[in-house]
Amino acid sequence: MTAPAIELKGISKAFGPVQANKDISIRVMPGTIHGIIGENGAGKSTLMSILYGFYKADSGEIYISGKKTAIPDSQAAIAAGIGMVFQHFKLVENFTVLENVILGAEDGARLGPSLSKARKELTQLAKEYELNVDPDALIENIGVGMQQRVEILKALYRQADILILDEPTGVLTPAEADHLFRILEGLKAQGKTIILITHKLREIMEVTDTVSVMRRGQMTATVKTSETSPQELAELMVGRKVLLRVDKKPAQPGNKVLEVENLEVVDEKGVKRLKGIDLNVRAGEILGIAGVAGNGQSELLEVLGGTQTATGTVRVNGQEIDLTGALSDARSRRARGIAHVPEDRQREGLIMDFKAWENVAFGYHHEEEFNAGLLMDQAAIKEDAVGKFKRFDVRPDNPMLEAKSFSGGNQQKIVLAREIERNPELLLIGQPTRGVDIGAIEFIHQRIVELRDAGKAILLVSVELEEILSLADRIAVIFDGQMMGERLPTETDEKELGLLMAGMTGQEREAS
Amino acid sequence: MDFLTLLQILDSSLRLATPLLFACLAGLFSERAGIFDIGLEGKMLAAAFLSAAIAAVYGSVWLGLFAGLMASLSLSALHGVASITFRGNQLISGVAINFLASGMTVLVAQSWFSQGGRTPPLQGSGRFQEITLPFADALSDVPIIGQFYAEVISGHSALVYIALLAVPLSWYVLFRTRFGLRLRAVGENPAAVDTAGVSVIALRFAAVGICGVLCGMGGVYLSTGLDAGFGREMTAGRGFIALAALIFAKWRPWHALYATLLFGFLQAIALRPDVIEALLGFKVQVQLLKALPYILTVVILAGFVGKAIPPRAGGEPYVKER
Amino acid sequence: MQTMPKWADILLIPLINLMLAFLISGLVILAIGEDPIAALSLMVDGALGSSYGWGFTLYYATNFIFTGLAVAVAFHAALFNIGGEGQAALGGLGVALICLFFPWPHWTIALLAASLGAAAFGALWATIPAYLQAKRGSHIVITTIMFNFIAASLLNYVLVEILRPPGRMDPSSAGFPEATHLPTISDMLNAVGIPFAARTPANVTLIIALIACVAVYFLIWRTKLGYQIRAFGKSEPAAKYAGISSVKITMIAMAISGGLAGMMAINNVMGEAERLVLNSVEGAGFIGIAVALMGRSHPFGVLLASLLFGFLYQGGAELALWTSIPRDLIVVIQALVILFTGALDGMVRRPVEQMFLMMRKRGG
Repeated sequence: MTAPAIELKGISKAFGPVQANKDISIRVMPGTIHGIIGENGAGKSTLMSILYGFYKADSGEIYISGKKTAIPDSQAAIAAGIGMVFQHFKLVENFTVLENVILGAEDGARLGPSLSKARKELTQLAKEYELNVDPDALIENIGVGMQQRVEILKALYRQADILILDEPTGVLTPAEADHLFRILEGLKAQGKTIILITHKLREIMEVTDTVSVMRRGQMTATVKTSETSPQELAELMVGRKVLLRVDKKPAQPGNKVLEVENLEVVDEKGVKRLKGIDLNVRAGEILGIAGVAGNGQSELLEVLGGTQTATGTVRVNGQEIDLTGALSDARSRRARGIAHVPEDRQREGLIMDFKAWENVAFGYHHEEEFNAGLLMDQAAIKEDAVGKFKRFDVRPDNPMLEAKSFSGGNQQKIVLAREIERNPELLLIGQPTRGVDIGAIEFIHQRIVELRDAGKAILLVSVELEEILSLADRIAVIFDGQMMGERLPTETDEKELGLLMAGMTGQEREAS
Repeated sequence: MDFLTLLQILDSSLRLATPLLFACLAGLFSERAGIFDIGLEGKMLAAAFLSAAIAAVYGSVWLGLFAGLMASLSLSALHGVASITFRGNQLISGVAINFLASGMTVLVAQSWFSQGGRTPPLQGSGRFQEITLPFADALSDVPIIGQFYAEVISGHSALVYIALLAVPLSWYVLFRTRFGLRLRAVGENPAAVDTAGVSVIALRFAAVGICGVLCGMGGVYLSTGLDAGFGREMTAGRGFIALAALIFAKWRPWHALYATLLFGFLQAIALRPDVIEALLGFKVQVQLLKALPYILTVVILAGFVGKAIPPRAGGEPYVKER
Repeated sequence: MQTMPKWADILLIPLINLMLAFLISGLVILAIGEDPIAALSLMVDGALGSSYGWGFTLYYATNFIFTGLAVAVAFHAALFNIGGEGQAALGGLGVALICLFFPWPHWTIALLAASLGAAAFGALWATIPAYLQAKRGSHIVITTIMFNFIAASLLNYVLVEILRPPGRMDPSSAGFPEATHLPTISDMLNAVGIPFAARTPANVTLIIALIACVAVYFLIWRTKLGYQIRAFGKSEPAAKYAGISSVKITMIAMAISGGLAGMMAINNVMGEAERLVLNSVEGAGFIGIAVALMGRSHPFGVLLASLLFGFLYQGGAELALWTSIPRDLIVVIQALVILFTGALDGMVRRPVEQMFLMMRKRGG
């Protein structure tokens, strides 16, 4: 009997009081694709980081091809034949593909010979695995799909036999993801072992041979993919039955609250990020913007939220708003009844070092209710915070704690409470459930739908197609700064949206 | 202004540019590796003092050079420990190092020599001697080129030529070697280096060490080449001007040479109010001339010379993250 | 999650940092052949042992309160203002102009006007680097340093060419008129019957410095502006999201910072020298950095740290007078305080945190 390519025995790891991994054991046979699925914070990435020598396990053993192996650092992991493609790529942006590939695996002190050797090998690898990239292109000039290939090439160049991919499809279009899976199949056929970490059930079902489920730091099950179902995996992940669809009545759209015409944004480098966007959102409806990250949806939110200047016309309740001048800042936007739940709550939505109660006034610190004469009315703000914590079920129920001491889901509830309870005309909301556990997702979705039913306009941006499909009343797809078209969620599916997200219109599809 | 005056000014430009060039290249290595170093000034000052002190006591400038490098390197090590090992604030560490050097040099100078914080004047083998390049005398009669060679290029101390050689050498190391590739990578994205199995800490310490050596040379030149002895605060903001030159040069070695030559020229011309008066036709206040390099530094930093993008990971301590 | 109690964070760690700085300073004194214990007792005696010593200690502390608050306010906006030296120098110019060229009927009005003049000149000198940082992205640390050098040249010019009375050799202004003379602490205390050594420079400005501490506390922690300054300092993108203008906050925070640094001049120029001399600031602007770091950018901490540095400064002067230890020792101590409380904070903090974690584990 062949030894497993990887075997982990009793791995445990704690960060302070948090037990990230509890007594985890796993066997992965060579030449297979093994999936690891679990919610955010279930401990998947920690486990893989231990395997790649990024963290040191508190206890437990690692066997590679049957041999007990110590992996104190990445160097040792590489030597043991392990390659890792991180969720956030570890590439040097202003280096070429070739330079990134040889970094850390150079032959000799002079660069010249290393580069020419790597160039030859890269051509070879490209042929073998369908991994075409231009070796002389700068990383910052190629798309994320290409960048991911560079990461895979890096691992292969270091002669990895075991490849770990952490959430590899988060930044890809469905078509690119399919291409990635074909590459993985090819690697498997060559005898490589692959570990795929994801929270997407579809991917697990599509490509893996076996799958392990993690929940709260523990391995709850390992099963053959052919012998399980998405429903079973979902239950194993969450520990109870989950509602995959949001319960909601049909929308009752009213007047046009937001009208956007020919919106254009040029970034600092002079690149056009929005190329003439037209859209509108009516009172009492949710417009979902679907698209792969980086196609302009962030800029759209920024313009409407008042942190980015633009050209074109935007009207709120029929009145034009300032896009470049003194009244184009976020404060003016709030004065016009626009509330904004930003895509990155830790970078923008909250001051992580502030107390939670201070964050409740964030962006609304000018409001009369929070001020008394020359000073801010701390008692009033605290009182408001206590109420918001109760109504939005924020845990722990203590606004005196710093924002950073709350979990992702509870941080999001603080932001949401602040923005929704302003009772805005228009709510901008980006990635409402990114990094949020499933329990909180249901709660957040319900609140968004409630606001819609109260007759407010909502512009929703999410890279999770499932979320868009279940929440939105209308779906607009954005690609490369342009709108690719609108669909009704009842009359479309992931496949059609996926093609639009990849920039393919109806005609092109028929032609190809 | 006659040609000879111009040659004299160019000659002193090169001298005055030398400490700036050393410091600028020092900052280049450090910042390319992602470590801001506002303490170039202090390291130069410490090296200037210790080299002059040792040279004065033992009468050997080479011993002085060694001592100066050690002084600068130990402050580099301190900066490394604070900003790399303990992930402290790099700006604050640099500021502390500047004050430490400023206080310690005078304190020790006073305690050793009791000459008001100065070292005794250096003579003979206590200073770097000027080197006359081959054929300088023979060529000095050839108009323009020959005179330029004899007056401007020839007749400097060894450290000036070492500084000039350090430019192509730095370029080669940074852009043509494995070490340079890794060093530049660690300043742009240390996680890329770490996941490639290369030690971020070792690379950054190496860069900070190189920075210490180069800074040390700049300081040693100040007190044993340009001047003949150490004086209180003799660096006079050169460390900061070098940082501005570094931004002007956009973190590239050859451009560092051009930028520091420009600053050297400014300092040289500020020393010749007579020439300026003759050129402009009116008297310029000495105080304004003295402030000119500082004002130009501000002007350059204000970006009137185009946008400069610093190394992306600059100033940020590296913390492992997934 | 709090890893250690609050008292450890605001008291224990700064104390350990300070002890380390003093320990090394002691070694330095030992290395230059003096006795650190004797030096310390000489310092304590000279600075705190008599009302004469206190008169100087409090005078220096007044300077450092202003420059320390200046650095602290800028720190809250995540701006590192190293230009306190130049801003205080310009503040001195403001004070001199106000005192020399207007006929003041009484010192109270003169003090009010001089305070405004000092603050205005200091603020002006700080807002130029602030503008360049906000609008052009110039590194404020380097520009404020450059502005120190430029201020030195400017003051040199003004004193030598403009303010120097004819026939005088040293570059300084004429003496201020009698009406601008500020009462000293000893004047005030003697008036109510408490004996205090005369001819000491501590003056009524100390009270203004204490008021400034309270004002800065309310500004930073209780007003909308302070809220915005702190938010901007913690996260620039978040501030933008909240509609807080980075240009406005950078300019205002630096103007307040420069204004505070400038106000130091009412103590040293108006209260003590009563004329403007070259290099009147004598490094107090730089000491503000150490004071702010040690005081954790909190006005009360700044006050305590200022008293400490006032003691060090006066004690250092006594040392220079009676031993062969030069006054530059104070610069070394200042550097070590900045190093340990600022840059090497993590070196002390991590083991202390570990210790508290262990204690908690054992306790529960």
